Amino acid sequence: MKRRAFGIGVLAFVLARAARGQFGDLDELMRLLAARRHGEVDFIEQHFLAVLKRPAESSGVMIYDAPNRLEKRTAEPRPEVLLLAGDVLTVQRGNRTRVLDLKAYPAIRPFIEGMRATLAGDRGALEQLFTVDYAGTLAHWRLTLVPRDTEVQKKIARVQIEGARSDLTRVEIFEKDGDRSLMTLRDRPIS
Amino acid sequence: MMSRRARIVGTWLALVVLAAAIAARARYVTDLSAFLPASPTPMQRLLIDQLRVGPASRLILVSLEGADLKTRAEVSVAMAHRLRDDREFASINNGEAVTADRDRAFVFEHRYALSEAVTPQRFTPQGLKAALEATIEGLASPEGLLLKSLVPDDPTGETLQVIDQLARTPAPQSREGVWSSADGARSLLVAETAASGSDTDAQERAQAAIQAAFAGTAAQRVRLRMSGPGVFAVASRASIQRAVVRLSIASSVLVVLILLAVYRSLAALVLGLLPVATGALMGVAAVALVFGAVHGITLGFGITLIGESVDYSVYFFIQSLTGDAEPWQRRLWPTMRLGMLTSVVGFASLLPSGFPGLSQLGAYSISGLIAAAAVTRLVLPELLPRGFAIRDLAPMGARIGRLLEPLRRQDAAIRWGGALVIAAAALAVIAAARGNLWNRELSSLSPISEEAQRYDATLRGDLGAPNVLDLVVVSGADLESVLRETERAAGALEPLIDEHVIGGFDDPATYVPSLATQSARRSSLPEPGVLRANLAQATAGLALDSAQLTPFLRDVEAARDAAPITPGDLRGTSLAAGFNALILHQADRWNALMPLHAANPAAPDIDAARVRSALAASGAGAAQLLDMKHESDALYDGYLHEALRLSLAGLAAIAALLWLALRSLARTARVLAPLILAVFAVTAGLVLFHVQLTILHLVGMLLIVAVGSNYALFFERHTARGGTAPLTLASLAVANICTVIGFGLLSFSGVPVLEALGTTVAPGTLLALLFAALLTPRGSTPADG
Repeated sequence: MKRRAFGIGVLAFVLARAARGQFGDLDELMRLLAARRHGEVDFIEQHFLAVLKRPAESSGVMIYDAPNRLEKRTAEPRPEVLLLAGDVLTVQRGNRTRVLDLKAYPAIRPFIEGMRATLAGDRGALEQLFTVDYAGTLAHWRLTLVPRDTEVQKKIARVQIEGARSDLTRVEIFEKDGDRSLMTLRDRPIS
Repeated sequence: MMSRRARIVGTWLALVVLAAAIAARARYVTDLSAFLPASPTPMQRLLIDQLRVGPASRLILVSLEGADLKTRAEVSVAMAHRLRDDREFASINNGEAVTADRDRAFVFEHRYALSEAVTPQRFTPQGLKAALEATIEGLASPEGLLLKSLVPDDPTGETLQVIDQLARTPAPQSREGVWSSADGARSLLVAETAASGSDTDAQERAQAAIQAAFAGTAAQRVRLRMSGPGVFAVASRASIQRAVVRLSIASSVLVVLILLAVYRSLAALVLGLLPVATGALMGVAAVALVFGAVHGITLGFGITLIGESVDYSVYFFIQSLTGDAEPWQRRLWPTMRLGMLTSVVGFASLLPSGFPGLSQLGAYSISGLIAAAAVTRLVLPELLPRGFAIRDLAPMGARIGRLLEPLRRQDAAIRWGGALVIAAAALAVIAAARGNLWNRELSSLSPISEEAQRYDATLRGDLGAPNVLDLVVVSGADLESVLRETERAAGALEPLIDEHVIGGFDDPATYVPSLATQSARRSSLPEPGVLRANLAQATAGLALDSAQLTPFLRDVEAARDAAPITPGDLRGTSLAAGFNALILHQADRWNALMPLHAANPAAPDIDAARVRSALAASGAGAAQLLDMKHESDALYDGYLHEALRLSLAGLAAIAALLWLALRSLARTARVLAPLILAVFAVTAGLVLFHVQLTILHLVGMLLIVAVGSNYALFFERHTARGGTAPLTLASLAVANICTVIGFGLLSFSGVPVLEALGTTVAPGTLLALLFAALLTPRGSTPADG
């Protein structure tokens, strides 16, 4: 009995150390990200859907302003502007503008919130919505976000965000039904 | 055999009991109907019904302010949860996705009947290809996540099309999962009551339930505010009731105190109040008999009766107990009777008014005055106790006489010259304000404060609800023809949105298209073999695999034979409320309402001419544009002119009556001159205080003449050369004080119509007395001198 208790104690100690080490890096990453006030990147998004024979692709520019303004300007195949300011999502397509309360769209929320909280280096917000797993190094890191909300879990399996220091390079969403979407991000060439 | 006294008192008592029975059983109403026309055009009738009992009248707009969005959202959700179980309410909407599932199911099931995109062209290979390409693009957007599951059943995106059609009119914005104003300052909830808006009791219960639900959340720093027709009805009822009760008590107490001070006799006080009480009771009974219901506001007006009927007993006591040999019946009664008759003639001119408040006031006052005068003349002399005495008022009259003496000693020419100067100055003031003299808006009579009306408009703006100022109304004999005309009108209105003439419109056919349209859409759907072939052709080269789309083929085939949508199919969805608010069924008439939204909320005026010409050009003959504010103001303008005509007729009738009784043009002029002078002076005074005149000010002027004629007649008939008898002066002064108090209190009632009457009549009768004292006595005109 005693031996076993000892074993568990050692295990707990090791795990705690590991966790501290890991989250020490996560905190460092969050600090790096939070220091960034503005970003502008090109994106290419691919949706791999069972219903489609080949992925649906779109591309455009993504603009971020700390702490909570995110704008996604799709240029191809159809112009569309998505603006997230606070909890209000404005979608502008053609000559129509729609204003959505993010809270009312739990299915869209993890992707957008996950991305925004990551960009803002807001660990609290991130962990409120997801269980967060950090892997890699600051030079090349990967966050795996699993939704906490059971309703969201029915749709979204996980969100995986990769990056290098304060740059995001890849955002991948895995849906429960096997569909997935992949967004690759690249710093805009200085023009 | 019964004595004369027993007969008279017995008859009086019997009548009082009868009147009390009628008054006790009468129906008392306090809604806004006294401010609405009694005999409107069919179009106005429709509007008034819509306001009083229509679906819009059932809506209580609830706003939550203060604290933060999250707290308010929690309060909203908790309140809605509790209110949804309350039978007072037909529905509670706060933006929560409670009915969303049923809405989605309805839209999905009926997408081919509802979608405007469903045309024969849509299902050709080219049409299908364009639709499928759009769907694939949509899948790449963030909404793609939501659309994905729809694609196999609905690859052409009809469900989305219908959702867009329904969203064409601005919906309230959502914050923290509940409706909110765009700036996030207010969270909003809309409660639809089960009872109609005209059922004020039910509205009051519903509002109490909302208050209780709010209190139940124990929210800190959150403020609740309600608005809407039912809220206004309850508030105005409360304010009218409060005013009537408060005024009745206050004026009764004041008049009692004055009479006690004057008479110094309890018996005289009790006797003196008998004509007033009898008159008030008879007035209520008469209104109940003639109109079927007594409006609360009439009781408020009725206080004004106290003034004049107290006068009767004052004249009676003061002047009959002077130990004069000549009985008062012969000496004073004819003057009193003539004064009473002029008042009755004045009030009679209100009877034909189409404004229910005014005609009730007329009936109330006429019956009340006749009853009060009859009691004074017949009953009071029988009830006087032996040895009845009141204080000698001659010294008081003499004092008043001495006060007036310096003025009255002046030459008639100077006095009349002064009168002319006053008249000229007053007319100059009135003429200067000519363009701005009258308030021509119906809302000027509403007991709802301007601030409350503005707040209501703000909430409606937040909710994306149209301001109900401009409506296109389509009437027809049955629902189908009305819906068809609505669709035609919608076709005419559509281009006006792009031209920025209007911002949008609500359309009942969005929820339930006409059978004709539905059947046209059904026949656009190709038969299964054709659709399969077209689809195969369309998907060639697309990322979408036609093998995935079997559910689509199945659904289209089912839709070809589906039963058409009827209003009953909306039950249980939030769309039912939208449809019901736009369709009014009255007896054999169906009306569809298409409220127009302003292109620019900051400038809510709509170019009515362009809307009318667009409707006319489309041949939508049954569709008419109704500018509600314009209509209601035009209506009020009509009543104002009517009241003006009636008042002038009343004035002419009073003049004719006086001339008939006095049999001299000069004497008639002497009686009328001070009254008209008082009217001019009061009107000028109101103008100087920046009061815009309403219909009730006009009625007030008529009352100045009606009441003031009593004073002028007494001066005219009971003044010997060289001075008025002190007793006449005293009785007139006491009577006038009572009148001024009665009307003066109305000025503080908080009910605009009563205030208008009070601020006109109180100073007016005072001036009438003063002017009559100076101008009327015989020998006072330059010609007599």
